[in-house]
Amino acid sequence: MSQRPERMHRVRLRVNGQAREGVVEARKSLADFLREDLDLTGTHLGCEHGVCGACTVWLDGAPVRSCLLLAVQADGAEVMTVEGLAPAGGLHPLQEAFWEHHGLQCGFCTPGILLSAYAFLREHPAPTEGEIREMLAGHLCRCTGYEHIVEAIRAAAEAGAGAVPPGSA
Amino acid sequence: MKPAPFAYAAPRSVEEVVALLAEHGDQAKLLAGGQSLVPMLNFRLARPEVLIDLNRVPGLDGIRLDGGLLRIGAMTRQSTLERHAEVLARCPLLPAALHFIGHPPIRHRGTVGGSLAHADPAAELPAVLACLGGEVVAQSRRGERVIPAAELFVGLMTTALQPDEVMTEVRMRLPAPGAGWAVLEVARRHGDFALVGVVALLELGGEGAIREARLALFSVGPTPVRARAAEEALAGRRPTAEEFQRAAALVEEALDPDSDLHASAEYRREVGGVLARRALTQALARIPGREAR
Ligand SMILES: Cc1cc2nc3c(=O)[nH]c(=O)nc-3n(C[C@@H](O)[C@H](O)[C@H](O)COP(=O)(O)OP(=O)(O)OC[C@H]3O[C@@H](n4cnc5c(N)ncnc54)[C@H](O)[C@@H]3O)c2cc1C
Ligand code: FES
Ligand code: FES
Repeated sequence: MSQRPERMHRVRLRVNGQAREGVVEARKSLADFLREDLDLTGTHLGCEHGVCGACTVWLDGAPVRSCLLLAVQADGAEVMTVEGLAPAGGLHPLQEAFWEHHGLQCGFCTPGILLSAYAFLREHPAPTEGEIREMLAGHLCRCTGYEHIVEAIRAAAEAGAGAVPPGSA
Repeated sequence: MKPAPFAYAAPRSVEEVVALLAEHGDQAKLLAGGQSLVPMLNFRLARPEVLIDLNRVPGLDGIRLDGGLLRIGAMTRQSTLERHAEVLARCPLLPAALHFIGHPPIRHRGTVGGSLAHADPAAELPAVLACLGGEVVAQSRRGERVIPAAELFVGLMTTALQPDEVMTEVRMRLPAPGAGWAVLEVARRHGDFALVGVVALLELGGEGAIREARLALFSVGPTPVRARAAEEALAGRRPTAEEFQRAAALVEEALDPDSDLHASAEYRREVGGVLARRALTQALARIPGREAR
């Protein structure tokens, strides 16, 4: 059976453990779908070309830029956004560390950094400062000067945040 | 910043891809990892009518070591190849080069075939293919053909792939066991595109003389540049600091880069020579029991 190219598509996926669906134009990014159709505005858009990292979410268990993925491509996928990291009414230990160590000011870059840092800590439970800084090279922050973000991630590593499943404190 | 409207299809076999390409020709674009194409859509630098997504085609990814040949499915993610244990053991220069590409979220989506097809002059993988002496397999309704690295890159972001062709496989010749190697680049920050970069391979013969040296530079011209004069001058010589210095001068002489916003042509030439010398030195140090004298 041949697939005809179409402009409109139905998308069914799981977001933060819940089944969601929508009908989208082929050109709609996953980021816009999350924000506009699913009302999950924790995912931020800075540059829309892959550089700033603000839109980073998890797709099937790995961090990706949601501005560079079409919503239709996420059909059947498992997505996690920053809304899925925190337990209801609380904070994930990684978020706790950002709060404790002033890892954010305006918070625009924070959701993307959290999702990258969480994946990073799962692979590097005891990272060096150099490794933390290299990971942060994929995320632009206009406010903090990064020092406090590095400290927050180091503290989160010491607290074992990478081993704490999403949605738990 | 949103793409212009397009129609989208997600074929489930290479035959369907090839049929869609034959039907839509240069109105269509193949979508691999999207890490270069989607920014171009967002900027409206590319305005295809039809997007053909390769992500749901089974069998286009996978890594196989086949005698002296490394065979990589075009849709293999850069992060998968970077972590492949056998590749790390048999061809460590490849993971080292991949590590320079953007950041982990970029490499989770970005594909090996996509990087080669995109052929950015500052990209690492085209230089790796040029250095290792690789080839790619392309398929279309007209059949299958093999394109060697030396013929693949024809100009700035231009390859020998035709609009009705899909790249299905990338083949790279594994370096001889015990060969030395280095991948070096200068960039403003980790993950930025390189201002200048080099991939080097060094093989010694029985008597300790250089059997073969290969140097592929990137971001110094529209396509990867093999430094042939330096390679020839090194062959059969002792691997000494003086020889490497001479080779570096030949590299510098051979380069004819452009100036742009990021670096001047003079800077690129000089750094190209310096990186070539450092890469040869590092490659030698990686050969068991060797060091530059
Ligand atoms: C922030 C950022 C930083 C980056 N840094 C680097 C870097 O330092 N070094 C580097 O090399 N790259 C870098 N890249 C680009 C790299 O990540 C891309 O992966 C790569 O250039 C394209 O691969 P892709 O799979 O994403 O292809 P796509 O973007 O999907 O496609 C690119 C082009 O190749 C064509 N194409 C793709 N697959 C095939 C195929 N199988 N057959 C025929 N044509 C095909 C497409 O039609 C398109 O024209 C960066 C990208 C971003 C967003
Ligand atoms: S908005 Fe996606 S990386 Fe900047
Ligand atoms: S806290 Fe404002 S951009 Fe990072």
